[in-house]
Amino acid sequence: MSALLQVRGLSHHYGQRIGCQDVSFDLHPGELLCIVGESGSGKSTLLKTAAAQLAASSGSVRYHQRNGAWLDLDELSEADRRRLAREEWGFVTQNPRDGLRLNVSAGANVAERLMALGMRNYGQLREIARGWLERVEIDPSRIDDAPTAFSGGMQQRLQIARTLVTQPRLVFMDEPTAGLDVSVQARILDLLRRLVNELGLAAVMVTHDLAVARLLAARTMVMQGGRVVETGLTDQILDDPQHPYTQLLVSSVLTT
Amino acid sequence: MTSNYNFAFLDENTKRMLRRALLKAVAIPGYQVPFGSREMPLPYGWGTGGIQLTAALLGPDDVLKVIDQGADDTTNAVNIRRFFARVAGVTTTERTTEASVIQTRHRIPETPLREDQILVFQVPEPEPLRTLEPREAETRTLHALADYGLMHVKLYEDIAQYGHIATSYDYPVLVDGRFLTSPSPIPKFDNPKLDHSPALMLFGAGREKRLYAIPPYTRVESLAFEDHPFEIQRWEHQCELCGADESYLDEVVVDDLGSRMFVCSDTDYCGQRRAEQAA
Repeated sequence: MSALLQVRGLSHHYGQRIGCQDVSFDLHPGELLCIVGESGSGKSTLLKTAAAQLAASSGSVRYHQRNGAWLDLDELSEADRRRLAREEWGFVTQNPRDGLRLNVSAGANVAERLMALGMRNYGQLREIARGWLERVEIDPSRIDDAPTAFSGGMQQRLQIARTLVTQPRLVFMDEPTAGLDVSVQARILDLLRRLVNELGLAAVMVTHDLAVARLLAARTMVMQGGRVVETGLTDQILDDPQHPYTQLLVSSVLTT
Repeated sequence: MTSNYNFAFLDENTKRMLRRALLKAVAIPGYQVPFGSREMPLPYGWGTGGIQLTAALLGPDDVLKVIDQGADDTTNAVNIRRFFARVAGVTTTERTTEASVIQTRHRIPETPLREDQILVFQVPEPEPLRTLEPREAETRTLHALADYGLMHVKLYEDIAQYGHIATSYDYPVLVDGRFLTSPSPIPKFDNPKLDHSPALMLFGAGREKRLYAIPPYTRVESLAFEDHPFEIQRWEHQCELCGADESYLDEVVVDDLGSRMFVCSDTDYCGQRRAEQAA
């Protein structure tokens, strides 16, 4: 099976400082890859560079499009980048308030990407928005409420609905459950696992929470100081860590 | 004409700059062209954009009409008309049919315009996406990529909140199938008059330093949803002065007991109809 996303020797530098350095991985359709590491280890930088939101300092990212052609993200024009981000990709931010449009209703938030794709039928948009609210366990009767009237967990679920509504093939998620309490986290993770399976989408998820990786990801990458120190099957990494840093990370998880 | 001023107040270099910007605007219908807006002897928001465009357009033979909300006799209209009579010495008129240049705030005259007329709009906010996207760099990118899904988010919100598209003025239009454009705060009643208009339409925003144009006979569509098509306002009343039932009506409170009457907002149109009826 051919990969969906091919990352080779990817680096992003902030001036002299390293954001991420020489990262390579393949992502296959339907696969969920977790990137774990402490804060400042370059996880988010890697995610944003792979999603073409930041320019790569060196290395390449290639994406296998729906039409079968490989696309080199370096050579992407701004118009194509936006089209890709709108039609084939999704991006879920850590803070839902960054990813949502707060001054319009929940329904408009979900329907925005559809309208950007040219859907111009109000009844249909509404129907789809309702369906998605239900899928992410938000009461569809709250479709006309402002996202500011929602709790943090609901906002995050709304952001997920808004991102997945166009059925993207590839989703980038930047700590989607950070800052939420444990029970809400569990529900969102459950939801994500279900949606990823249902829609067969591929996802790259950044997290500092090893339990999240264990629950969702088949493969995990461990980062430290901008570099990937260990990569492999999640269970293997968590149960039999090889690199000293991974060992430290795994042993520092509180067990109750 | 007061001889202490250059013809039409602005110096020739400024008028030249404005005309170059106007030519560019006509060449790219609906595209907002930046220009070096000057201080004018009236405050921002009173028509500094329109007045600069008019100054750049006027020649000694032009006949100028100025309307404010359709009326020729309101403060803004009277002042601007008197201003140009003084600094350009041009003939002014209240008759739509006699004018060669019409500067307007918030209305298009009811009388159909001709090919030899130019309509100049005063625009407070030239960017239709501004309420949804505050970043100028971003709105420019959206225009460059013709990425206008955002505008429908606003219309969606209208229907979700009010059951219909409640935007009743400054209703967004797509010019020549390409640029999303603000028609200035004219009532959406006037939007159909923009489509394939024989007269040249120019828009000036003085504070925002942008001007744009809708050239004659250009396609202008008002945005809408398939199942919520564009509609103009309708009244159950007729004009109580001239009896018109197809013009844009103002509701006027006439005493402190709550009595009110509906009259044409276009004073020249109403006056002409009454003169005809009297004859």
